[in-house]
Amino acid sequence: MSAGVDLQNVSCDFGKFRAVDKANVSIKPGEFFSFLGPSGCGKTTILRMVSGFIDPSEGQIRIGGQDMNGIRPNKRPTALIFQNLALFPLMPVWENISFGLEVRGASKDVRRAKAEELLKLVDLHDSADKAISQLSGGQKQRVAIARALAVEPSVMLLDEPLSALDLKLRQHMRAELRAIQKRTKVTFIYITHDQGEALAMSDRVAVMSQGKIQQISTPQEIYNAPVNGFVASFVGENNIFKGKVTSIDSGRCSFETDVGAFTAALGPAVDASTIARLYVRPEYSRLQAAPAGGANSIPVTVTDISFEGNFIHVHAADRTGRHLTVETRNDGSVTLPAIGSAQYLCFDAATARVLADQGMKDPGIDE
Amino acid sequence: MSELLRRYGHTLTWTFVALTAFWLLVLVILPQLYLLEESFRLYLPLADIGGPRDVYTLANYRSAFEQPMEWKFWLPFASKPVILPIEAPIRVQVFVHTLLYSTVTTVITLVLCYPVAYYLAKVANPKNVPLLFVGLLVPMWVSEILRAFAWFIILAFKGPLNMALVNIGVIDSPIRWMTGFNSVTFGLVYVYLLFMLLPIYSAIQSLDTNQIEAAKDLGAPGWRTHWRVIIPHSKPGIASGCVMVFMLAAGSILVPTLLASTQSRWFTEIIQQAMFESQDWNTGSAYAFMLLVTCTVFVILAMRVFRVKLSDIAR
Repeated sequence: MSAGVDLQNVSCDFGKFRAVDKANVSIKPGEFFSFLGPSGCGKTTILRMVSGFIDPSEGQIRIGGQDMNGIRPNKRPTALIFQNLALFPLMPVWENISFGLEVRGASKDVRRAKAEELLKLVDLHDSADKAISQLSGGQKQRVAIARALAVEPSVMLLDEPLSALDLKLRQHMRAELRAIQKRTKVTFIYITHDQGEALAMSDRVAVMSQGKIQQISTPQEIYNAPVNGFVASFVGENNIFKGKVTSIDSGRCSFETDVGAFTAALGPAVDASTIARLYVRPEYSRLQAAPAGGANSIPVTVTDISFEGNFIHVHAADRTGRHLTVETRNDGSVTLPAIGSAQYLCFDAATARVLADQGMKDPGIDE
Repeated sequence: MSELLRRYGHTLTWTFVALTAFWLLVLVILPQLYLLEESFRLYLPLADIGGPRDVYTLANYRSAFEQPMEWKFWLPFASKPVILPIEAPIRVQVFVHTLLYSTVTTVITLVLCYPVAYYLAKVANPKNVPLLFVGLLVPMWVSEILRAFAWFIILAFKGPLNMALVNIGVIDSPIRWMTGFNSVTFGLVYVYLLFMLLPIYSAIQSLDTNQIEAAKDLGAPGWRTHWRVIIPHSKPGIASGCVMVFMLAAGSILVPTLLASTQSRWFTEIIQQAMFESQDWNTGSAYAFMLLVTCTVFVILAMRVFRVKLSDIAR
């Protein structure tokens, strides 16, 4: 019973402010699809347009092939899970869950039975008659999911539903949500600013910035092959060098920076005329006592070592003072350098990407 | 208390405590106790006060149940009374009418105010809400007497309302608005509207808008969203609005006096007559306490029926 969702050139303006700019997405039936981006990037606006609470200023939204223009939220085959869950505090759990069925005129016995069934599905037995205020954060979460599932939606819309939970529970609920989605085969559209959530749960992710969709791809692609500087720096950590492409040779390029020349993979929409940055992930960077032959390497000084448990981050600075990070697994395979020691930071050309600055106006993520 | 002392110091704290105590004791409790005591004593010539005839008695209270007569019962909005086949004391008749039309006033204000409160709290553009509130409040800057009197003019048989309606052709001949309890109810609704609007407005405003959207998203049409989500949430506000309007209406003297028809007697008018026209404070205070106690009991019963707790209203 799941349906695909198509957004065609969908824009949304609030006065002069364009919250969503010409979004084009085709979400497949049964897919777990995430919109990932910083707050204010327009992801929630997209969700509210799909659920029908906001009308797009232009463009078309289709659910299951049917144009949703002019269809009110209560007539759409979608169910929304709110960021604050919006459970009805004056109704017991089972009435919350069966509210959608009550609306559809189901008898009390049918509603009660359905509520019990859904409570089992979300792993909350014996809570049917509890008050909402008696539930913990994670339990409320499950009730909200059950309430949305009760109306048998073709598309579930989730607006950062895990953001209010503590870390442990959040990780647990990630797996739970994923499992529920697999079981019910309903299309899930998930909104989040947490890249970990998006990468861990989704079949595909759309990364958004300033109302525009920057990249739509699988989590692996998003992380390993970001299309521009925004995607690279919003999803995961990077060592970043600003510079200029000097020569291009079949997907590889030479990149001139203030600390020397590097060889790296060339991202889309970059050529010698654009100002670009080189991005390399900390886990693909390594520290060596001597420069590596065949790989990029620059002399650095180790400034700090931070122990993260499963990972160790070694912080270093090059001669311009640029902050660089190397991530190593805490498996005893690497001897940690002393703080203050001179090292070479090395990375392979295949793991570094030169990307355009597109979508990067947020000052916080500049180098 | 220690919190107050810490924050405001001794002088200020004790000044406020003393002022509050003065207000409560001297201006509220003592006069009431005086009247309560008076209500159990007879209205006697000065020479007899303190004499053998000055005893505690229920005579003043009993007098409310004297003088039975034909019961002319006015149904809401009727142009003629129904003659009931029983006789009842005149003051009881007036009292029943007072309770009935206070209730009618409460119901009408509720029906008028709920949609307005909902509109102001959840629908209207928040930028316009202050302006709308000024529009609602400005009439309240005019004294209650003037406002009631304005309605007296508007509703008059040859007044502007009838003239306007006849001239635009809505009605053929003027309507006598001031019959039965029509004009009194009208005036009470107008005068006490805000006491209903404000508590409901603040109750609805405190509702998370996501709850309304969640109900809609689950497929609920507007009426069910109101019935299952918005009204249950705003019940404390509705209850306190109803209690306020009911008590104010039942205790009102200005509106029932100014907007009275020849038939509409209000119980407060009987108290007023006893106290100021007969100078019989003893009987007047007895009736006043009967009104107070009966209205309180009535409100408590109504709260029971609608399952409202006192703590809800106090919120």
